[in-house]
Amino acid sequence: MSEKNLLPSGLPRIESLEMRGIVKRFPGVLANDHVDFDVKAGEIHALLGENGAGKSTLMKILYGLYAPEEGEIYLNGEKININSPTDSINHGIGMIHQHFMLVDTLNVAQNVALGLKSTREPRLDLDIVSERITELSEAYGLHVDPQANVGRLAVGERQRVEIIKALYRGAALLVLDEPTAVLTPQEVDDVFVIFRQMARDGHGLIFISHKLDEITALTDRVTVLRDGKAIGTRPTSEVTKKDLANMMVGREVLLERNRPPAETGEVRLKLDNVSAFNDREQQILKNVSLEVRSGEIVGVAGVSGNGQRPLAEAIAGLQPTSEGSIFLEQRDVTGLATIEMLRAGLSYIPEERMHDGVIKDFSVAWNFILQDHVRAPYSRGIFLNFKYIDQHSQELIKSFNVKTPSRETPVKNLSGGNIQKLILARELDRRPRVLIAAQPTRGVDIGATEYIHNQLLLQRAEGLATLLISEDLDEVMALSDRIVVMFGGEIMGIVENKGISAEDLGLMMAGERLDNA
Amino acid sequence: MNENLTLLAIVLGILHSGIRLATPYLYASLGEMFAQRSGVLNLGVEGIMLMGSFFGFYTVFETQNMWLGLAVAGLVGALMGLLMALVSVTFKAEQGISGIGLSLFGLGVSSLLFKMTLGTVEGVDGFSELKFCLSSVGVNSGVCLSDLPVVGDIVFSHSLVTYLGYALVPVAAWILARTTWGLKIKAVGQNPEAADSLGVSVSAVRYATVTLGGIFAGIAGASLSISLLGIFQENMTNGIGFIAVALVYFGGWSPWGVLAGSLLFSTVSAIQLWGQVLNLPIPSDVSVMLPYLLTIIALALPIRRAAQPAALTKPFTRGEG
Repeated sequence: MSEKNLLPSGLPRIESLEMRGIVKRFPGVLANDHVDFDVKAGEIHALLGENGAGKSTLMKILYGLYAPEEGEIYLNGEKININSPTDSINHGIGMIHQHFMLVDTLNVAQNVALGLKSTREPRLDLDIVSERITELSEAYGLHVDPQANVGRLAVGERQRVEIIKALYRGAALLVLDEPTAVLTPQEVDDVFVIFRQMARDGHGLIFISHKLDEITALTDRVTVLRDGKAIGTRPTSEVTKKDLANMMVGREVLLERNRPPAETGEVRLKLDNVSAFNDREQQILKNVSLEVRSGEIVGVAGVSGNGQRPLAEAIAGLQPTSEGSIFLEQRDVTGLATIEMLRAGLSYIPEERMHDGVIKDFSVAWNFILQDHVRAPYSRGIFLNFKYIDQHSQELIKSFNVKTPSRETPVKNLSGGNIQKLILARELDRRPRVLIAAQPTRGVDIGATEYIHNQLLLQRAEGLATLLISEDLDEVMALSDRIVVMFGGEIMGIVENKGISAEDLGLMMAGERLDNA
Repeated sequence: MNENLTLLAIVLGILHSGIRLATPYLYASLGEMFAQRSGVLNLGVEGIMLMGSFFGFYTVFETQNMWLGLAVAGLVGALMGLLMALVSVTFKAEQGISGIGLSLFGLGVSSLLFKMTLGTVEGVDGFSELKFCLSSVGVNSGVCLSDLPVVGDIVFSHSLVTYLGYALVPVAAWILARTTWGLKIKAVGQNPEAADSLGVSVSAVRYATVTLGGIFAGIAGASLSISLLGIFQENMTNGIGFIAVALVYFGGWSPWGVLAGSLLFSTVSAIQLWGQVLNLPIPSDVSVMLPYLLTIIALALPIRRAAQPAALTKPFTRGEG
């Protein structure tokens, strides 16, 4: 075998992998409908589609987590059977999951060794594993310390551990499931360098994403899935972002948001030096001060877990504060219970929509009245006014375009985008003075995202003060008048959203203060 | 002078009993620790102990064979453990409820069998104490470690069952820290999705640990009936199984912590027994309460919760989360 057919890990390449005519049914859904997909050595092939389009199902079939009803998989032209993750690993297929599959309480070497045969069973051979990790780490430029405790690693480092884990198991072909979802822009750039190098070295990479910028920046070919069908496969250089968006949604979509200059009024929400601790006595908010005015959207950017959630919950009265004051329309509301905050004119779209935003087993109509069922006209005395509730929920379903079989349908049967529209309808229908919108479009398809963004901008024009908390930097930059960047529970800087670049914001998201950035 | 000697004798007596009485706590909580490290809270320990206690005793009563009694107790414990695994791992039932069910099941069955077979409280001889005597050319020299002053009484005069219990502590620590199986147990209890994605069978690991926990709990029960007391009574474990579950929390899910907890609780039990023997002017109800009170206090301490396996009590289903 010639040198050039070997990967830096010393293993043979997978010249081609083909999935032909894959069909997978779930009760009531055709998740994959005769999908053809292939990837070659040295290529980064994007798999693009909205949530529920069938990307994950297709990849779970490739990784042996689901069994397809029809279809075949060919490796280097030969038909193979994959019945479990072990089979797929043995064929040289590795998967980097969107939610890292790491055990926080173990170190890197232990995470890599997990599930592998040791050279001296039953004892572990962590010294040998560590040596090999160091070799791979050098061959691929990954900079991973085998002794490091995984729980203490930054997100970017954890991802490199995942890559090492796959390489250690002999992966020649890597499936990357939305690998950039939790990274800062700089970390994205770094990991793209690694991905490109891996492709040049002869690995095949499948890149799953719904971020059009990343697909055009990184990949060689792109396959679009919609409603379980492969819509088409194109060389990335021959399509525009707009083409891809239209293929993905099946109609014309607007990627740009029309945000006229803000007409700001009085200060509606003010945080003055707010600090908070969690139940393990760790400080999760450090001296946070900010203002939101009538008619403006203030965006909060930051990598997941840097205090955004405590911030939203502190304002909503769900997270006790240790210091500082919160004002809602000049009134000191520090320490008020959530119900008082809601009465004072706050609306809150929580980031965990299924967990904190709705009661899954309740109907659409019942979820509309979760806060206000005790008030007229929803109730009189202790009796609910069913007639009004039914009539009003019908109106909301219609005016906010919530796609549901009926108002009696349990919310758990709706798609993510429609649940979010339901929550938005409920929160805006209350005519709030201040809106906290946390991750309003996370996991929501392009069509619904477009709708939700337009609603937020419409409310802005009518004078609503909105605090938009999002890990999606593009979203923050598209909608906000001012941008607050958080890191480690602190505000790194507050900037006007004019002429600021994603790179500058990225530096602040990684912990650089505005004055240094 | 005389008073001092009496006091010394009492202290020695308490320490001796403490080490002895730790036996059932040790077996039961070490077994439970393995189950919990893999993510299964088995509240059925009490019932498994009672079953092991009865079957071990009955076997010895009929055959006079101590080791056979212990083996039968372990086998019955394994079957009870498999039942718990079936309900909590395969059927994914709520672990707390199924464990309480298993405890009540063990209590009922052991009482019923006791009434059908023995009927009254009977006694067996129990395991003899090891004396650690030096022997040369097969002839007992008569020099025994158990004759050493102070330590001889406290440390070198227990049965082999008790010593085996203590020997299991470093073995358990070694398994968890140094073996591939230990790594799988820890990973499955902490992040079963991660283990599954690497081809580790979450169910297989949990079946193994829960069954092992069952074997240990069965032996723990038998150690009580055929080694420590030499009798069987209905409900003779009297909550030791539940304390063993609490000891796992108390010990921070580590074998050495479990050892420390077992010794603490057995010593408190010993103090309580000696208090009764010596007729101290404390109502016996109060002293009987002591171990349970200590359990509640130990569980209320928040410091150890950080070590709790993240997936404890959570059944695993592939593809969720």
